[in-house]
Order: sequence, then structure tokens, then C-alpha cells
Amino acid sequence: MNPPEPNTMALGEPAAVRPLAPRVAKADAHWRNRSNLAVGASVLAALTAPLFVQNFVVFQLTLVMIYGLAILGLNLLTGFNGQFSLGHSAFYGIGAYTAAIMMNQNIDYYWTLPCAGAVCFVVGFLFGLPALRLQGIYLALATFALAAAMPQILKFQPLEPLTGGVQGISLLKPDPPLGVPLNADQWLYYFTLAVLLLMLAGAASFVKSRSGRAIMAIRDHPIAAAAMGIDTALYKTLTFGLSALYTGVAGALGAIVIQFVGPDSFPFLLSVSFLVGLVVGGVGSIPGSLVGGVFVLFVPNLAERISTGLSGAIYGVILLIVIFAMPLGAAGFARWAATRLRFARNPATTGSVGRK
Amino acid sequence: MKKVTRRSILAAAPAALALAAIPARAAKNYGPGVSDTEIKIGNTGPYSGPASSYGTIPKSEAAYFRMVNDQGGVNGRKINFISYDDAYSPPKTVEQVRKLVEEDHVLLVMSPLGTPTNSAIWRYMNAKKVPQLFVATGATKWDDPKGHPWTMGWQPNYQSEGHTYAAYILQNKPGAKIAVLYQNDDFGKDYLKGVTDGLGDKANMIVLAAPYETTDPTVDSQIISMKAAGADVFVNTGIPKFAAQAIRKAAEIEWKPLQILASVGNSVGAALKPAGLQNAKGIVSDFYLKDPTDPQWKNDPGYQQWVAFMDKYYPEGDKSDSGNVTGPSLCATMVQVLKQCGDNLTRENVMQQAANLHHFRVPMLLPGIEINTSPTDFAPIKQLQMGRFDGQRWQLFGSLISGQAPS
Repeated sequence: MNPPEPNTMALGEPAAVRPLAPRVAKADAHWRNRSNLAVGASVLAALTAPLFVQNFVVFQLTLVMIYGLAILGLNLLTGFNGQFSLGHSAFYGIGAYTAAIMMNQNIDYYWTLPCAGAVCFVVGFLFGLPALRLQGIYLALATFALAAAMPQILKFQPLEPLTGGVQGISLLKPDPPLGVPLNADQWLYYFTLAVLLLMLAGAASFVKSRSGRAIMAIRDHPIAAAAMGIDTALYKTLTFGLSALYTGVAGALGAIVIQFVGPDSFPFLLSVSFLVGLVVGGVGSIPGSLVGGVFVLFVPNLAERISTGLSGAIYGVILLIVIFAMPLGAAGFARWAATRLRFARNPATTGSVGRK
Repeated sequence: MKKVTRRSILAAAPAALALAAIPARAAKNYGPGVSDTEIKIGNTGPYSGPASSYGTIPKSEAAYFRMVNDQGGVNGRKINFISYDDAYSPPKTVEQVRKLVEEDHVLLVMSPLGTPTNSAIWRYMNAKKVPQLFVATGATKWDDPKGHPWTMGWQPNYQSEGHTYAAYILQNKPGAKIAVLYQNDDFGKDYLKGVTDGLGDKANMIVLAAPYETTDPTVDSQIISMKAAGADVFVNTGIPKFAAQAIRKAAEIEWKPLQILASVGNSVGAALKPAGLQNAKGIVSDFYLKDPTDPQWKNDPGYQQWVAFMDKYYPEGDKSDSGNVTGPSLCATMVQVLKQCGDNLTRENVMQQAANLHHFRVPMLLPGIEINTSPTDFAPIKQLQMGRFDGQRWQLFGSLISGQAPS
């Protein structure tokens, strides 16, 4: 018979643990302050950045946020719920087309975001229903089918009056509201930033909520989660829908900022880019998704700058180096670096954590 | 309130700087990207991604401008050719072109490659009033001087090529049953429309029009169903990869129609060799460039110039790939426009001169083909010539055809 564990712990090490406890709590509070400070500084930097750089860079930073948001959607599904998807380019595309079609009917761009989110939630939820029976790579394959089908669905003849067929849809760039002393690019940046912060906060509180704990429990141990009374089927489909919603809103923002949607804009390769961003940023890390966005946008440019002819190969090499140096992504790397730093500053308090 | 003021001041600062810089430039009548010693020209192309076989076109363009610079540039100004990879992805094209216009401050963007990619920047270029000159795609929509006065095509457009095929069929095989293979996008549908329009009231001669997607692994099933439909004329408008597959498959299943191959897929190096030269014998196609593998040009001065250029400036380029002829020919047209501009190198004047080309000949265009444009005619090349593949090379026949719609 197994002896209950807490007892052995209590017998073996009380003397060592108890005196440390207050100091650990103090150090944690210190570090929580530090991380709050980091979040504050990032938000401040994000708020002021467009005032100091050219419009083109503002546009790029906007795209980074949009890709980050799309990756966040994938992260909710893969990182927190353990389901794989190669089909998020499809949800991104559906979101983008929803926005483009609505804007073509002279509906204001900001109304397109909730609609794109709602449409993608429904599509994601419905797709999640049959997909529930599939696990791991089989689910990945089913979602791959969705991504592969999307460009062709968008070209589908009967839908042409809506989608513009192969020609796609060109959009006008929205102007800032009257009286706001910003140009169109800066305005879209702040608009995207506001949406992003809102959705980041939403994701963070969702993950911390009962539902968030439920989906993580399903990821870690589905049978145990079911035994605890979690409706695994419902939560998995809801997560699928929520994930699609996030990516769809990103797609809508993307359409507004790029001012063009076409079937060739949403190839399967985009799904792979999201997956790369997810892994590079850190699976299961909300801020990591933004790092993923940075990677997706800037690393191909960097590779091209090194050698135009070999850009693909150089991209591959950079990706290998990144994965080798940061096997847990940027978020894992940051956690590791923080513990190292903490250990170096104050080895006594956190000795056992700092070694790994 | 205070914060807003500070922001607006900060936001205004770069604009004020730019304003301060303008008077100095305006005195010499230079647009962005031009100085006494340099003209900046931007470009995007598929160095990676699904269409990377066309990546050699911008590479040969860069090589051509190196040669121009070695020879002293254009009116004493060196060409600074800035070319970025867009991987044939429209969102990436938008990003790269915005970089060219807003960060690199190019005078103009020359021959961005691809139809979806050019569509994505079409509105931006015309809103920003930056010349989008000689786009490397034959879609018919680029010839729209009224609606899009800052965009101009270059090669004969796909619809006019389609008209040419229809005319050829009507003349040589009036009772034919036609099958058309086309790419399921603007480019492919342009060809299909050209053939259909060209047949006029005989459009029912087309028994099967089969689309393919660029993501398809093969076009085998399309070819099999064409044979099954009893077609005896095959109009193959695929890009090299699919054109080659189609020719090979037709030979495999012993389907022997009269084959008409569109100019996008008629490169000996990129399409016919992979298809098997013996399978390509008898195929008919249309041309506006000198085929570099054709020995009849051996002593042609234009061809010799081109070979000398390739050997010196682009030795790693494949001399049987017609993309390496397209690039330098585009550049030659561009250089002519810049020459005509003289010292008035504004974006407005560039467009004016681009719409003011008369009887301009490019060394690697077929003899007799002239480039003509006007403020109402944004289609520089309109003439074509037919040719037949004899198992080794293309043999031209007939006279120059003006690929206009039969009206």
C-alpha cells in the first residue's frame, strides 16, 4: 500500500521548509512586481512607439500584433487545451473575408471585428464537434483538410459575387475619427493595440478561470478531468470555437490593415507560420504569442537580407538555432533566464529552483 | 490634453523635416529616390515560395542594371535596384512594396511579379501615386489608363494571346473539339476568356475547359478527362510545371491532339525538357521574345549582346530559361523611359514618358515587334508570332499577328 505522501513530507523536512516560507513569498512578491513592471513598460513602449517611427514600421508593428493575436488563438487551443490544428489559416481567412465583405457593403470597419469573431466562433464550434472524436495528429490532419480547402472554397464560382472570386477584394483604408491627430497607419496601430490588449486580458482571465483550469485539466489528463465532473466534450468544442474566434478577429484586422483579401493570401503555409510562431513564442504562454508574431513577420525579412537566393534555407537555419537555443520557446527561455537571475542574486532562497 | 499636444508635435516633426528637404529637390525637378548620381528603383519577386521558378526574372533584372551602371548609368545616374522577396504572397507584397515606397523612398516600382501580388498593391500604388510600371504579368486588367493611371503592363496580355489561338484554330481546324487547361485564377481565366471571345459564335467548339489549382500535385485527371471527351485540339495554358505534366501525360495515354501551348509555358528549359522533347514535337505556341535556345538567332546582334551580358553579369543564370530574356527586356524598356525623362525625374513625368513610347525596339523582342504606348494605351507589347516545336527548338512561321480582339 502507498503511504500518503504529505505525511512523509511533513515528517522528513519540516525544519528545512518552514523557516524559508516567508522569504520565498517575499521574493515571489518582488518578482511579481518586477513582471508587472515589465508589462507596464511594454504597454508604455507600445503606446509611444508609433510616434517615433515611420509609417511603414508602424504598419509592420501592427502586423506583428495581428499575427500575435492569431497565434494567441492557436495557443488557446494547442497550448492550453492540447489539441492540434493545422487549419488556423482557414479561420484567419474566414475572419478576413467576413471583414472585407462587410466593408464592401459600406459597413464601418469596427463592426466587422465582432462579426468576424462570431462567424469564426460558430464555424470553429461546428468544426470542433466532429473533430472531437479525433486526437493528436488525426485532428491535425482533419484541420489540415480545412486549410487546404479554404483557397478553393474562396474561389468557388457561386460565391463569387460575395468573395470576388480569384480577384479578391480591395479595401479602402479607414481614416482616423475626426479630431484625432494621427494618420491612418497610426490610427490602425492604436485600434489594433486596443483590440489586442482587450483580447489579451480576456485570454489571461479565461485561462485563470474555472473554465481555463478545466481545459488545462483536459490537456493534462482527460480521464481524470472527466472523473472530476468536467464535460470534456463541451469544453473541447468551446475551446475550438474560442480559438477560432481569436484567430478570426486577427484575420479581420489583417484585412483592414493590408487592404486586400484574396484566396492566395491564406494558403496552408500560413497555418504552418502560425504553428512556428506558437512554438517559437512558447506553447502555453500568452505573451509568448506576441514573440511568435515578431518571429513570423521579421525573420523571413532577416533571412532575405542575409541572402536573397537562399532565404528559405536561412530561415530554416534560424529556426533550428532558435529551437535548439530555446527548446521551450521564448516564454520558456524567459522563465529560465529569470530563475537564473534570481539564483545569482539570492542563491539561498531559491537554490533548488535555480539549478535546472 | 497636454499629452495629445505633445504627441501631435512629435508626429508632425518628421513631416516638417520632409518639408524642409523638398525645396532643394524641387529646384532640380527630382522625385523621391533621385539624386544627381542615383535613381532608386524598387521591385518584388518570388525568390521563395510556390512560384520561385520565376525568381530568375528579378535576378536577371538586377544583373542588367549592374551592366547599365558599369556603362555609366542613365544620363549619368546609377540605377539602385532594390528587390525584395514576396514569396508570391499578396500580404507580403503589400509589406515589401510599402517598405520600398515609404522606407527606401524609391522613385517607382518596376515589374512586381504575379497577378494576385500586383492586385494587392494596385490600389495602394494608385492612391500613393507611385508608378507601378511594366508589371510582370499578362493580366488584361493592367491596361486601364483611366481607372489606374499609375499602373502599366508590358507583355502581350493573356486575352489577346487567347484571341490568337482561337484565330489559329478557326483557320487550321475549323471543325475541332477543343479542350482547354487553365489555372483557376485571373491569369488562367483571362486565357479562357480570350479563347472563348476569339471563337465568337463558335464558342461551343470548346468541349471541356478544365481548371487546375497551383497547389494540385498533378493535372493527370484533367488530361484523362480531355481525352475521354474526345477533344482533338488541346489548348494548354499552364505555367511551366503543369504545362510539362500535361504534355507528358498526354503522350503517356497516347492522346494526340493538336496542342497549342500558351507563352507562359513555352520555355524549352523550364517546360519542354521536363516534359520530354520527343513528346513536345508538333506543339504550336506564340512568341514575342527571341527564344534563346533557337539557333536561328546565333548571328543576331541582339542575341549576341544578350549572351555577352549573361556571360559577364549573370553567368549562373540558365541561358535556356526565357525568364532571363524577359527580365533584361523589361529593363531595356525601363531604361528607355528614364532616358526620355532626362533631368525631369518626377513620378508624374515617369508616367508621362512611359505612356509616350514610340516604335521602341528591344534587342531580344522578335524582329519587327515595336513597343508603342500613349496616354490611352497602356499595353506596350501587342504583337505576336506563332511557332512550332520540331523536337529540338521552336520554328517560327507566318507573320506578326496583332493580338487584338476580332471586332
